[in-house]
Amino acid sequence: MFYREAGQFKTTYQADQAVFPILQDRIGLAVILVGAFVFIPFAASDFFINVIMIPFLILALASIGLNILTGYTGLLSLGTGGFMGVGAFACYKLTTFFPGVNVIVWIFVSGFFATALGILFGLPSLRIKGFYLLVATLAAQFFLDWSFIRIQWLTNYNTSGAIEVPTRTLFSVPLTGPNATPQLRYLVILAIVTLLTWLASNLVHGRIGRMWMAVRDMDLAAELIGIPLYRTKLLAFAISSYYCGVAGALMVFFWYGSAEPGVFNIDQSFTILFMVIIGGLGSLTGSFFGAALIYGLPIVLKVGLHGLGWNILPATIEHLTFMTVGALIVLVLIIEPLGLARLWQITKQKLRVWPFPY
Amino acid sequence: MRVPGGADIATGGVLLAVENVSLAFGGVKAVTDVSFDIRKGEIRAIIGPNGAGKTSMLNIINGFYQPQHGRITFKGETRSKMRPHDAAKGGIARTFQNVALFRGMTSLDNIMAGRTLRMNKNLFWQLLRFGPAMNEEVEHRRRVEEIIDFLKIQEIRRTPVGRLPYGLQKRVELGRALAMEPELLLLDEPMAGMNLEEKEDMSRFILDVNDHFGTTVVLIEHDMGVVMDLSDRVVVLDHGVKIADGTPDEVKRTQAVIDAYLGVAH
Repeated sequence: MFYREAGQFKTTYQADQAVFPILQDRIGLAVILVGAFVFIPFAASDFFINVIMIPFLILALASIGLNILTGYTGLLSLGTGGFMGVGAFACYKLTTFFPGVNVIVWIFVSGFFATALGILFGLPSLRIKGFYLLVATLAAQFFLDWSFIRIQWLTNYNTSGAIEVPTRTLFSVPLTGPNATPQLRYLVILAIVTLLTWLASNLVHGRIGRMWMAVRDMDLAAELIGIPLYRTKLLAFAISSYYCGVAGALMVFFWYGSAEPGVFNIDQSFTILFMVIIGGLGSLTGSFFGAALIYGLPIVLKVGLHGLGWNILPATIEHLTFMTVGALIVLVLIIEPLGLARLWQITKQKLRVWPFPY
Repeated sequence: MRVPGGADIATGGVLLAVENVSLAFGGVKAVTDVSFDIRKGEIRAIIGPNGAGKTSMLNIINGFYQPQHGRITFKGETRSKMRPHDAAKGGIARTFQNVALFRGMTSLDNIMAGRTLRMNKNLFWQLLRFGPAMNEEVEHRRRVEEIIDFLKIQEIRRTPVGRLPYGLQKRVELGRALAMEPELLLLDEPMAGMNLEEKEDMSRFILDVNDHFGTTVVLIEHDMGVVMDLSDRVVVLDHGVKIADGTPDEVKRTQAVIDAYLGVAH
């Protein structure tokens, strides 16, 4: 009823090419942003911020990274975990080498290390695609995972083989480390994720986004209208890995606080891939949906089942989660291959014409 | 019938010439020693029975296949093979026998994608989608809207092309090719699978493109009525060999063409 575009006339192409051409969408976005930046830090409990919001945002960022590669450019990858690890370890090395520079700067810089490796492991994408490329990125995943465990220089020869995040401050307020407040960490993450999402959305709505999707949908025709395939694919690898790298660095510095090398193993890659598939291939909004569902489901199950008064062992809940997520993936692939984002789109379309069927 | 060879075409220079081009896939000879030229501003048809090597010829012209022998002269530059990117840059656009649109994208985005080569604002501005990048986007949107108006597809602008009926998909594909503002437009069976009305529309679009934009058109088509009406000159291929070349009337009377289409008594 309220979601109508009637009466909203575009008089310029600029207005019509906007990312959110419908007024209600812009209002909705503004409400979400105000809620996230103002309401949650003051009103939400530490538990909610620590356990739900921070992981959700970081995983959504990684999903956006993979979505750029898999959803927009059509290149399957299982190297996400590895690229996230590159970001995390690069950030750790940088901040221990140059403790004077603010850690937020290093978070952004560490993404470029992931970019470099992403381009390197993206090189085979000219010749191979589909499952075969998946195998090539799998090699990246295993190689990087192995490096994190074996190359002790990366952890500064820490005997436990883990990263211990040092305390870093901004205007002498601790941002990272054990003394940082969840509210501040949350705000830093939120700002970074908002910024990077905005940039990604600009990118996918413009020339480069169209080039990516053209390569995804019909690479032959894309080549013949003058899109350089190789450079377009490598650009997707570069930008996708940047996002994954930043997400990995945020994960260790602002969420875990310390990280075993095993954090960035193949399971991580699969988790992000599931988020992208369930959320919606080729949709940035979908990346947030996917992250919320896959990460939130176990928490909802745990809290919900305990709320019902059932005394269930944590292991059982874990198994339940596996089963539910597995069933969901199969269901989504059968019922709506474009994921939650597509369902959301359909809902909006229905709302627009409500109460008429079309 | 179209009046063949207006003054423009008679004096028009050669835009593209293929000389003694041969292409084989292993033992299968797709094209054997074919030569012909395409003059500026004409509509040139390539016809022939199934498997005659027509599509292979188009693929050679826009660089998707690389011939083993022969030379291609395009806009005065002679080379032994085209590369797809050079062909696109040089102004060769193409539609496909089986529609090759970007299925997940809207009609508008498909046609906008056709302008990729003409857009050059770098990654930095693309990330901001502001200033130069937005101006560029708007400027090209304006050009794309002209094409959308020209092809009368305004109402399907925002429809993902995967959901469009076949005839409209063909039209969007033509729009994408036109968005490149090509000098040479290669149309591979633009009317395959269309009903009479759609064929008439498409014929009109092709003639208009040729008239208004001065675009040279190379056309593969099986509907002889369409070919005879539209084209200035016709090349006939059979089993990869050129068997006739000339105006529609000349070609129609050539015995080899009649034999190729109707068969010969043995």
